[in-house]
Amino acid sequence: MPKIIGKVWIYGDDVNTDVIFPGKYTYTVTDPDEMAKIALEDLDPEFAKNVKPGDIVVAGKNFGCGSSREQAAFCLKYAQVGAVIAKSFSRLYFRNCINAGLPAITLAESPEIFKADEKIEIDLNTGTLKCAAGIFHFPPLPDAVIGIFNDGGLIPHTRKILGID
Amino acid sequence: MGKTFAEKILGMKAGKEVVPGEIVEVKPDFAMSHDNTAAISKTFKQIGVDKIDDPERHVIILDHCVPAANEKFAQNHKDIREFVGEQKMPNFFDINRGICHQVMAEEGFALPGHLIVGSDSHTTTYGAYGAFSTGIGRSEMAVILATGKIWLRVPETMKIVVRGKLQKGVFAKDVMLKIIGDLSADGALYKSVWFTGPTIDAMSMASRMVLTNMAVEMGAKNGYMEPDDKTLEFLKNRARRDFKVVRSDADANFESEIEFDVSELEPQIACPHTVDNVHPVSEVKGTKINQVFFGSCTNARLEDFEIVANVLRGKKVHSSTRMIVIPASQQIFLQAIQRGYIQDLAKAGAVIVNTGCGPCMGNHEGVPAPEEVVLSTSNRNFRGRFGSKEAEVYLCSPVTAALSALAGEVVGWEGEEW
Repeated sequence: MPKIIGKVWIYGDDVNTDVIFPGKYTYTVTDPDEMAKIALEDLDPEFAKNVKPGDIVVAGKNFGCGSSREQAAFCLKYAQVGAVIAKSFSRLYFRNCINAGLPAITLAESPEIFKADEKIEIDLNTGTLKCAAGIFHFPPLPDAVIGIFNDGGLIPHTRKILGID
Repeated sequence: MGKTFAEKILGMKAGKEVVPGEIVEVKPDFAMSHDNTAAISKTFKQIGVDKIDDPERHVIILDHCVPAANEKFAQNHKDIREFVGEQKMPNFFDINRGICHQVMAEEGFALPGHLIVGSDSHTTTYGAYGAFSTGIGRSEMAVILATGKIWLRVPETMKIVVRGKLQKGVFAKDVMLKIIGDLSADGALYKSVWFTGPTIDAMSMASRMVLTNMAVEMGAKNGYMEPDDKTLEFLKNRARRDFKVVRSDADANFESEIEFDVSELEPQIACPHTVDNVHPVSEVKGTKINQVFFGSCTNARLEDFEIVANVLRGKKVHSSTRMIVIPASQQIFLQAIQRGYIQDLAKAGAVIVNTGCGPCMGNHEGVPAPEEVVLSTSNRNFRGRFGSKEAEVYLCSPVTAALSALAGEVVGWEGEEW
């Protein structure tokens, strides 16, 4: 798994799925490029315009609370976000990240340790994160689900275990 | 050491003893999806399996934008009807049946001791009937179509004991808003929440559903209540399958136990823009409102209609306020017509809309303009939830909504007769 290097976009606690991917778009915006363009629309209109491949979304507790809509994870993946780091995730959002193959990293020190616009480096193999404040460690995904993530998400994983690919 | 309800159900399904934190692969008894079934069916087709694993397992209920508001929604519904036909899925409910969670209960799918997943976060609702029910993502539902299976983490259990007789004008919604306000939006993150105590025992099934419906608003994986005589009475001639009641053992390990005494509780309201921003209604009294929404899977059942009709009968919704009314199901709509409630509401100036989710996620049927204020009986008030990110949404009980509709501003019950 190559290292993820990118600029941080810093947000607060309880970032909900309605501000990540507004409900009014759930049945009308389905194209991946269009989904990327509305990512975080109601939280930070500058995000989708300026995000670069590999950039990292960092936030506080309960990231992704609210709806089960997995577009809230996929829109960040389609925006080529490298990872999402939060103090904690809502359970549905965490599942949706695994299923989308988007790294969701739980880090108790997020977002306090991050400085605006700094570039950070994440190594998923060793569970380490380097930023200006130092080196931090995070737990790996549970063994039972790491295969889903490593296969690139739930659908490619399912094709693999069913012997289709 | 005994086992919790969550440990028992997931253990039964996994075919082994399980402990919290463990991840198990299980086959749910029922899997519910709604208007997102079109997207799910497309993902299912990407997997490369022709036939779904078990058509009887799936329940599909159209509710999120019914009838279709435009061509895109109409195409979405058409795709679902075609998929249901192709795969010969028997449990399909078209646009005229109601909100998925209410229909799951009315149609006898929400059963004690059953494991139910749904591609909707408010799937937690069926815990009021003693089911273990939780929300999942669309891709996961597509995989259940293909394989029947899903992984679930066995949750720790939080026991919430509610005591005290509610004062007049105070309802299940006020209790749940109080609990969420105190515990916060992540107060039950990843947890199985068991609601118990004399106040819960005294509640109707409809009122109990308010609590389990909103359990997800404090991060819970599921909400659960022990079935009792009321549960069994409701399920008589309704249950789709035989069922066995599953209860936590008295000596099970609960991660935490919290008590609420609600005997002095005032009406509560969640202020913009988070569900845990809860205050007594008296603190925001006088806030002007442009629209009242009486609907949703949280609070639009017959008992709610009775209260709202009693408040509005012979009176008029304030001239500066609009009131949108959406019954939670067609059955409720018919009962509300038979009892004259719909006439009472319409005469008072309320706009009655067909059953479904309505404006709750900003799709149609009464979305607010920017800077308008909505008072809603639903479960979420996140910025942009009702469509406009500049609109403000407050959440309250049906009686607070009805009294406020008459006043054109937020008011709680202050001893008026109805």
